[in-house]
Amino acid sequence: MSEEFVQILDWIAILCLLAGALLSLIAGIGLLRFPDLLSRMHAASKPQVLGLLLVLVGIGLRILPQEETGVFSAGTLVLVGLFQVVTVPVAGHIVARVGYRTGRIRRDLLGTDELADRLESDRFTKSGAENNVS
Amino acid sequence: MNTLWIIIAVLLAVAALMSMVRLLLGPSILDRALSVDALLAFSLTGLGAYAAFNRDPTVLPTLLVLSLLGFVGSVSIAKFVARRTESHDDEGPSVFRLAEDTVEEEGKTS
Repeated sequence: MSEEFVQILDWIAILCLLAGALLSLIAGIGLLRFPDLLSRMHAASKPQVLGLLLVLVGIGLRILPQEETGVFSAGTLVLVGLFQVVTVPVAGHIVARVGYRTGRIRRDLLGTDELADRLESDRFTKSGAENNVS
Repeated sequence: MNTLWIIIAVLLAVAALMSMVRLLLGPSILDRALSVDALLAFSLTGLGAYAAFNRDPTVLPTLLVLSLLGFVGSVSIAKFVARRTESHDDEGPSVFRLAEDTVEEEGKTS
């Protein structure tokens, strides 16, 4: 591979890494400044998905052209991205659910609360029966 | 190009510091779990930047382990919080409530 091509790839890689670090900084500021759990989750999940994917692209562009057989590294990078994309929404969903049901969010900051209406109507239809939704 | 690497390191360090401040201040345990999760994402980014800087693929399995560890950690903390507050909540399953009530009554009578 020619020298100029590798240098162009390096520049693209470092721009990806810079974007990932910038997203991390934004998430740090959001964690510090936002008022309640849900908005902090909104801020903190940016570097977990988009930032990490950008960083993985950066690593790939930086490592793979130099290696003879980059199959192992490329497979590891793809697996990291796949696991993160699959697991972060699940973890965020569970944390938000527990935060909502144990009352650790600020309801005055919510624009609409459709889950409260739903829970209320569920309680009407299931009154008397055992309430085992949680 | 060297300056850009230093800028990346400084950005990550400042982000990690802010996340640790939230870890210290965090009003509830879920905020702390969230900030630990974000801290893990920052360390993933930092390890990735190290791997890219040295062109060194040996830390990539560590990225794999960390990305699974964050999921397990935050889910188990959330489940722990749900289980612990369930028995004190009016909306929880009545099995736990009944069990706790009988235990309290036994404690009073004995």
